[in-house]
Amino acid sequence: MARIEPAETLFLAPLSRPAPGSAGRTGTWRVVKPVVDLDKCTGCMLCWLYCPENTILKTGEGKVRIDYEYCKGCGVCANVCPFHAIEMVVEG
Amino acid sequence: MVVNIRKLPDKPYIMPGNAACPGCPETMGLRYVKMALGDNVVLVIPAGCSSVIQGIAPRSGINFPILNIVFAAAASAASGMKAAFEQQGKDVHVVVWAGDGGTGDIGFQALSGAAERDEDIIYICVDNEAYMNTGIQRSSLTPYGAWTTTTWTGKKEHKKNVPAILISHGVKYVATASVGYPADFIEKLQRASKIRGFRYIHLLAPCPIGWRFDPGLTAKVAQLAVQTGLFPLYEYINGVFRLSPIARRYKDPKKRVPVTEYLKLQGRYKHLLNKPEEIRKIEEYIENTWRLIEALEKTFTEEGGRGEQVFRAL
Repeated sequence: MARIEPAETLFLAPLSRPAPGSAGRTGTWRVVKPVVDLDKCTGCMLCWLYCPENTILKTGEGKVRIDYEYCKGCGVCANVCPFHAIEMVVEG
Repeated sequence: MVVNIRKLPDKPYIMPGNAACPGCPETMGLRYVKMALGDNVVLVIPAGCSSVIQGIAPRSGINFPILNIVFAAAASAASGMKAAFEQQGKDVHVVVWAGDGGTGDIGFQALSGAAERDEDIIYICVDNEAYMNTGIQRSSLTPYGAWTTTTWTGKKEHKKNVPAILISHGVKYVATASVGYPADFIEKLQRASKIRGFRYIHLLAPCPIGWRFDPGLTAKVAQLAVQTGLFPLYEYINGVFRLSPIARRYKDPKKRVPVTEYLKLQGRYKHLLNKPEEIRKIEEYIENTWRLIEALEKTFTEEGGRGEQVFRAL
């Protein structure tokens, strides 16, 4: 059976590659921004697990930091944090 | 098998800066899919929000190999894809990621066909209870009383019970999950990945835009749906049925959260909050749902603890 090599089909199919910012810098959508109080943060990583955007990043010290360039400010992290370590602050 | 949050892989499975709305449950769910199944996954996505979340070519916001396909063909395209992988000798999980319209309405005949043929695919229905991508039109999975742009006085019919229909097909694995309980969802995906044959997971995904609630409450609303008893979490593996550990306590009506707690958070139920007879109908629906669960538990009994062995082995 004749097989079509992947290289032949590449230019026929409209392909996209995963890359950050496929809808632009989504941080500009934000009206409130999450601010982490690192003294209250215990590193339970629930915010990291629930973040829909993957903009909560793990730091080396077992805590979290937020990628403000792409964070849309939904506030899911502030609502799931059991220690109330994330506060939503009005942007500007 | 218990999921350890700290040991889950930390890779950008959803690329930041995608086109999803703030607080989107679908991007949450997609992250859990890859955390559970690893990199060996190919997605088949029929029309829906997930095809929009990918963003504008040449960039894609979802870090999966994806085939975008028409509504009615998701399950059949996945069946063909799996057959092609098998012919090449590759062991890849083919996952269909379809909305409730693409599962219960338009894609239903392909889904039913693939389930009957027992194709070796994982079918995940992301149930946001309406056609959100085209502007919140009612689907057959919209619950009773909910406002949509096509049922602006509230829907008059109840939600179609798709997982129960799939159990009637006699497939290998059926489960319900909620984005509010990621560890439970990941555990179910991992269990499903070890089974061969047709596997179906019904994932409740509360949409902040269509359900009219604050985007920060996505996880909370998804948890409340389980706590009020509206959306019981269960698993069915090859003739054995069991309630998920999280949902077991809500079998007792006294332990359930009052349904108004769930309704008052959402703007789509705003018109029926001061109508006790409408709320009574939703409570009756919850009672009927649990009656069915009890019947399923009784029918698919765990003879001599055989059920627990089935779950422990996976």
